[in-house]
Amino acid sequence: MNKPIRNLYLVVVGMFALLLGFTSWWTVFNDEPLRTSAQNNRDLIRAERVPRGKIVAADGTVLARSVGKKSRSTSNRIYERRYPKGADYVAPVGLSDVNLGQSGLERSQNEWLSGKAVKLATAVDRLIQGDQRGDDVQITIQPKVQEAAINGLAGRPGAVVAMDPTTGRILAMASVPGFDPNKAIEDPSYRGTLKDGAESNRTTQGAYPPGSTFKVVTAAAALDTGKYTPDTTIDGSNGQVFSGTPLGNFGGESPGPVSLRYALTHSINTAFGNVSEELGASTLQRYMSRFGFGEPPPLDYPASQLRPSGAFLGGQRGFVPATSRQVDIARLGIGQDKLQVTPLQMAMVASAVANDGKLMEPQLVEKIVDADGRVQKEVEPKQLRRVMKASSAQELQSMMGDVVNEGTGTASALEGIATGGKTGTAELGDPADGINDLWFIGFAPLDDPKVAVAVVVERTPGQGGAVAAPIAKQVMQAALGS
Amino acid sequence: MTARNREALALLPSALLVTAGFTAIFLKRDEFLSDASLAYGAAFLALCLIGHLVIRFTAPNADPFLFPIVALLACFGLVELYRIDVSFAQAQAQWFVVGLGLFAVTMIVLRDYHQLERYRYTIAVASLLLLLLPRLPVIGQATNGAYLSIKIGPLAFQAAEFAKLGIVIFLASYLRDTRQVLIHGGRKVLGVMLPPLKHFGPLLAIWGTAMVMLIFIRDLGSSLMFFGAFLALIYVATGKLRYPLGGIAAFAAGAYVVGGQVSHVQDRVASWRQPFDPVLFGSSSIEPRPPEFGTSYQLAQSLFAQADGGLFGRGFGQAELATAVSDNGTVTTSLLPAAQTDMIYALITNETGLLGAAAILLAYLLFIHRGFRVAILARDPFSKLLATGLTAVFALQVFVIVGGVTKVIPLTGVTMPFISYGGSSILANFVLLALLMRVSEEARRPTR
Repeated sequence: MNKPIRNLYLVVVGMFALLLGFTSWWTVFNDEPLRTSAQNNRDLIRAERVPRGKIVAADGTVLARSVGKKSRSTSNRIYERRYPKGADYVAPVGLSDVNLGQSGLERSQNEWLSGKAVKLATAVDRLIQGDQRGDDVQITIQPKVQEAAINGLAGRPGAVVAMDPTTGRILAMASVPGFDPNKAIEDPSYRGTLKDGAESNRTTQGAYPPGSTFKVVTAAAALDTGKYTPDTTIDGSNGQVFSGTPLGNFGGESPGPVSLRYALTHSINTAFGNVSEELGASTLQRYMSRFGFGEPPPLDYPASQLRPSGAFLGGQRGFVPATSRQVDIARLGIGQDKLQVTPLQMAMVASAVANDGKLMEPQLVEKIVDADGRVQKEVEPKQLRRVMKASSAQELQSMMGDVVNEGTGTASALEGIATGGKTGTAELGDPADGINDLWFIGFAPLDDPKVAVAVVVERTPGQGGAVAAPIAKQVMQAALGS
Repeated sequence: MTARNREALALLPSALLVTAGFTAIFLKRDEFLSDASLAYGAAFLALCLIGHLVIRFTAPNADPFLFPIVALLACFGLVELYRIDVSFAQAQAQWFVVGLGLFAVTMIVLRDYHQLERYRYTIAVASLLLLLLPRLPVIGQATNGAYLSIKIGPLAFQAAEFAKLGIVIFLASYLRDTRQVLIHGGRKVLGVMLPPLKHFGPLLAIWGTAMVMLIFIRDLGSSLMFFGAFLALIYVATGKLRYPLGGIAAFAAGAYVVGGQVSHVQDRVASWRQPFDPVLFGSSSIEPRPPEFGTSYQLAQSLFAQADGGLFGRGFGQAELATAVSDNGTVTTSLLPAAQTDMIYALITNETGLLGAAAILLAYLLFIHRGFRVAILARDPFSKLLATGLTAVFALQVFVIVGGVTKVIPLTGVTMPFISYGGSSILANFVLLALLMRVSEEARRPTR
């Protein structure tokens, strides 16, 4: 009977090896997805014991701070987040809560805000260092610009991004409807009452057809390749056939042969259809990539909250380049077809044109300051890439100036300051219903741009020039301090 | 060195470990480093020495490693329980005293354990009754949907813990009688040797019992534990692989059919396959909302806790449990439910890492190794089978709970021997230890 006993022992050894193997798998080989799972809130619970740093706006306004309280169940001292400015700043700031998790800058700046040292918070460390506290994060948002954006949208679903084209600093990031992060933390039933995608940041996650604002990209490609000048004549008559289907101009206008400048100023669809086909898909794709289409913007923001822009087929195929056979290049060039863009991407387009062709990396964080006031890190402006020659950019600036002066964007004109821009009216569903996504992208002042904006108002009757341009005007005014 | 001196010496590391563990927890709690940790260590060492003296007088030749390993496991468990809540450690320490008492009584009373053979049918019936008691109204109660315990007054009693001993004793004795027939007898049916129905019948009955248990106590784990011990014993008794292989097939088929009918078992299997499914997981909020645990919440949290531990662990007292004490004194650990019983392996891994977990597994394996060694040294079939069965059921119990916690098999609520919180488990396992020691004593006693 001894041999079976030995065999039995070997079987048990095998079974224990299996136990050890599985334990190793969970602890060492596959621990990362478990540690970072949203269902696992151990790190958040640990972080709850350390006061997080403040998030402050460019002018020092406190946007997020930690308040201490006694835990109801364990009677330990814990800290909870408060957002003094509530819903107006939830788009950039996000929230941090032990049950809800983290989003926005609260998430992407967590290492700083939580003081990094949480992991080392052993008894010995605490004896040496005393109470720990996270670092403060100063962001680039300027409250007066942000408030102008929120007031401009006036509760209508939509989004506004304003940035300094010379530095890439984001001055305003507004997404409506937002939600009050304080209520979300305090009241478990509050989130259930939210609708209309209130919890998403429309400026980085919203997918909108860009409409005619995309003609700026097409025009940039046309000018920069040297195939066109602002005065090149193009056929702009109504009803020309592209990809087997006639294309209409707004209001059925049929101006016949027009200059590129006129085509942009009056947003002539057929003219830009011809330009797109003439340039070809690969040229258009090249310029789209330079503007940043096709990949998530390089913003210091949670990757899960950054959506790329471009031709989107949906389903498993996702984003495709303009060269794809699925793309109707003439309609892509006027912002139709399968294009889906974020307001941040369109602000980057306006910004690159305004900054003489240099696209700056969009930037939300200005600096990190520790509890004792020492600057830990200062984020310097960084050029992402050159999109086009300065001369082409300046020609485009002047054309966009005409849009505001005499074209579709007159409602964005600022008194005493020349402005450049482009309107967009993306039709949704049946054009007869007149329900559109209304756009305006632009910059000011025209000769030395200090602010670039992108505005979108969702599912509203009317034209981009009538609805979105006035909002852009308010935002640019606030940014220029006039 | 004699076996007993070796045993006494081996107890020292356990005492050191318990002292060091308590010290670490005191440090973590920022309490003044009192001599309380030393007091705990000393008290524990004293208890172990008493146990040692009992062995010295009743079984001087018995295996010298079994008892120190048990002391090591027990003190490790005590430290972890203390870390969850002092009340657990206090109650557990009291159970240790009682358990040691029961150990001493067993060592003294059962000097001749062969007399157990005479009562084998009584023991078998009593064990089955124990298993079915939890299904009776009033005294029976369900834990997480499985019927494993009886409640009489304030005392809850894990019937299965004791039933496992009885069933092993019965099987060892029954198979000693019938093993020759099972090896040689029988007719060939369709090319397969079948033993005579008269002897094969009771075996079928045991398989049936395992299936019935699956239905009645609704617990895959304990059913696996009992049936596994049965297969181990029949294999050792006959030396024929066809019995355990056929048994495994029959159990698998039965579990598939029967388990598919019992919703509680189905839930457990679904939670095992998809622990992170949001619906099965439920909500994990800590406060201010009351958490709404799903059926897979516990397993998912177990895996999170293990990942949190990593290779070296976070240190004693550093795991997150979200411990809360209700007004009537009930301690709950909502981040790792049942941390003191089912989930203690996850807690150990969280705090001492893969290395600590491996050390615990190794300690168990060492115990099992010594257990089988007792069986090999034993001089008569009953003793061999008894030691094999006790060791096998012990090994299977560790496998069922650790396997459940690490997602090797569906999670079921059996205890981790000598470490988990719970009086029944401590008492039953001390009796198991006493029986092994008795068999070992007889096997190693010098023949005159």
